[in-house]
Amino acid sequence: MATFKDFRNTVKPNWCPGCGDFSVQAAIQRAAANVGIEPNELAVISGIGCSGRISGYINSYGFHGIHGRALPIAQGLKMANRDLNVIASGGDGDGFAIGMGHTIHAIRRNIDITYVVMDNQIYGLTKGQTSPRSAAGFITKSTPGGAIEPSLKPLEVALTSGATFVAQGFSTDIKELTALIEAGINHKGFSFINVFSPCVTYNKVNTYDWFKENLTKLADIEGYDNSDRGMAMRTVMEHEGLVTGIIYQDTETASYQEKVPGYSELPLTDIDIKMSENDFNELVKEFM
Amino acid sequence: MLHQLSWKVGGQQGEGIESTGEIFSTAMNRLGYFLYGYRHFSSRIKGGHTNNKITVRPTEVRSIADDLDILVAFDQETIDVNYKELTETGVILADSKFTPVKPEDSKAPLFVVPFTEVAAELGTSLMKNMVAIGATASLLNLEDEVFQNVVDDIFGKKGEEVVQKNMEAIARGHELMNELLGDRVGDWALAPADGKRRMFMIGNDAVALGALAAGTRFMAAYPITPASEIMEYLIKKLPKFGGAVIQTEDEIAAATMAIGANFGGVRAFTASAGPGLSLMMEALGLSGMTEQPLVVVDTQRGGPSTGLPTKQEQSDLMAMLYGTHGEIPKVVIAPSTMEEAFFDTIQAFNIAEELQLPVILMTDLQLSLGKQSVEPFDYNKIEIRRGKIVTGDIEEAADKAYFKRYEDTEDGISPRVLPGTMNGIHHVTGVEHDETGKPSEASGNRQVQMDKRFRKLAALKFDRPVHSNAPHEEADILLVGFNSTRGAIEEVQERLNAQGMKVNHAHIRLIHPFPSAEVAPLVAKAKKVIVVENNYTGQLANIMKMNVGGHDKIETITKYDGTPFLPGELENRVKELTR
Repeated sequence: MATFKDFRNTVKPNWCPGCGDFSVQAAIQRAAANVGIEPNELAVISGIGCSGRISGYINSYGFHGIHGRALPIAQGLKMANRDLNVIASGGDGDGFAIGMGHTIHAIRRNIDITYVVMDNQIYGLTKGQTSPRSAAGFITKSTPGGAIEPSLKPLEVALTSGATFVAQGFSTDIKELTALIEAGINHKGFSFINVFSPCVTYNKVNTYDWFKENLTKLADIEGYDNSDRGMAMRTVMEHEGLVTGIIYQDTETASYQEKVPGYSELPLTDIDIKMSENDFNELVKEFM
Repeated sequence: MLHQLSWKVGGQQGEGIESTGEIFSTAMNRLGYFLYGYRHFSSRIKGGHTNNKITVRPTEVRSIADDLDILVAFDQETIDVNYKELTETGVILADSKFTPVKPEDSKAPLFVVPFTEVAAELGTSLMKNMVAIGATASLLNLEDEVFQNVVDDIFGKKGEEVVQKNMEAIARGHELMNELLGDRVGDWALAPADGKRRMFMIGNDAVALGALAAGTRFMAAYPITPASEIMEYLIKKLPKFGGAVIQTEDEIAAATMAIGANFGGVRAFTASAGPGLSLMMEALGLSGMTEQPLVVVDTQRGGPSTGLPTKQEQSDLMAMLYGTHGEIPKVVIAPSTMEEAFFDTIQAFNIAEELQLPVILMTDLQLSLGKQSVEPFDYNKIEIRRGKIVTGDIEEAADKAYFKRYEDTEDGISPRVLPGTMNGIHHVTGVEHDETGKPSEASGNRQVQMDKRFRKLAALKFDRPVHSNAPHEEADILLVGFNSTRGAIEEVQERLNAQGMKVNHAHIRLIHPFPSAEVAPLVAKAKKVIVVENNYTGQLANIMKMNVGGHDKIETITKYDGTPFLPGELENRVKELTR
């Protein structure tokens, strides 16, 4: 059986020293090993940005696509081969700005894949512009007078979009994050995991220390029930989104693939594609 | 006795005009007649003038007829808009409900028939179209039984009584018209057909069936006119074959989802029209750069922007060829008949997988929605070629080295491993990359990979990239077109040759890479080259000039008013250019 080391490759990440993304990468590698899959059974699909490079740093099939489109690529891949474990990954710009439309629809569609967002509240690779996750007043190169727009609230958006799995982690807490990703992979449906992954170069506000001071573990909230969407919403709002753990999980709702009429139990890649003469003639006859 | 009948029914959108045409033409098709139907419609659900013009012949029909023998009108607008198309012997049948008025300069007899009134008497005014079909049967001297099996097919589900009522409506219309016509009953009778059963389909049907026969098991698409029928057909049929269609949030998702599925190893595609094609441009580049197969169908309509969503145009050529930023190899195919639409769709999937690049299959609204009779497609001609997919065991590489998915091979085509395969792990990226898919900006590597990607095009095998009918060694004119203009051009070529001119015809089926070797000799043989296209700027003419020269003799006949070329007007315009 594969260990987390088997999910390492020989590529040296080009992230800045201290970047939160290193821990996210490690957590994905550990989670993959923990759920008992082999590297060839995993595909990591990523977007564009610093975090988008992650698909190249994990020993698995990888697809580094175009900005904001990791989710459609990942969903197409999963539809083609339902036996593959598919993890989509990218930054907050990728998933909540240019790709927000796909994020909401992937959540409500509920195809059985896992989406890990590395949320650093800033655009790093383009050298420090505001992100939809930047707090109002946040000063960046593109908001020299402070961000005017309020920060986007991905957890609330996910909860109201019909998510069946919503979690949030913090890159420093690899143990908790690994458990969240494991739970996401095991979840039958779309699992959305937002991860605070600090940018040490361009975000001097939302630092490791800042998160340590402000985050609350849901495990520490007495009586928290993550099967209650209403409680999840209230708790997230009360804590201004600064919580970690499994925020909500619906284990009842079937995934998209289980609902598609006629959808093959076998991966589509395993079906013989040549149509029989009889089937063909039947189809032709319908036009006569 | 007529050797060709041109029949048109018109009225307000949403009042059954489409089904009137559908029932009449399906019955004629089943008698063995050849048909060509073209709908004029608007981008709204209810209201607005719509009509369905159907050309019927006992022999092959290639285009919409210039004129009209019978006009069936459910409102005054239908008469006012269309009466000028009527021939010397043409007639107008109009519903008494709107008290029809004949235009002053119309010579055609106007028969006022109580279509709606009779239908209402029989139970529901909805059946007015059946009464009109009965009236048509009188003009053509057709037995009502001709419509029985069509009515069975459409209304059988609703029970025997509904079928009966509809047949009764046809009979009443027939009787009423017999009385009005007196001894002119059957004056519009058509020469008998061969009774052979043929398919009767729109181009979108041919493309959708082609995709299914090619083995597609996944489609991602966003609804748009005039492409939606393709996804609707697959939504109906794919469950039987284990596949699925996802209606996506937009065309960007549609194209990228199809890329993801192709990466997985399934034949997947999307279909759209101009606005969707514009949104897919970055995805086309991704397909080209990552060498993932992708088939995109573009059913061209009037552009730019929202343009003329329900009208004919051929103005996306340049966008298809050059729309994505940067440079990628791609293939663009333009079928011009139902049969080509079917087989070219299969070819598109083969080429996309063999050369590992995006293939755009272009149609236009007239081809996509025009309904035609066609001989059943030959199952034995369906060929599936999947290219260099590695199926055997792969040896484990030392030190976790990735599989060389972008190996610099002689023909530029690298072996392709599907995700899930043992020891086939590799990385795919839209960033420039080395042989294993790792990002690399090194200039030497860049050159190797660019050369490799473009070298693949040399391996393209495309049977008959140009359809030509060039009987003249020294032609006065070479007429050139693509997609749905083929029928009108063929007809004009025939007429002009009969008048003593020497006219050759070339219809370009492979637009990109341009088949210069086939086209250049045809251009050389002609004194003048006239490129016929439904756009303003003469896009195909420009592509020809880029590839085969001939600047001094290439001229264009363009049309961009949203309507298709009719043979008569094209004939006149060719003559104007050669005067």
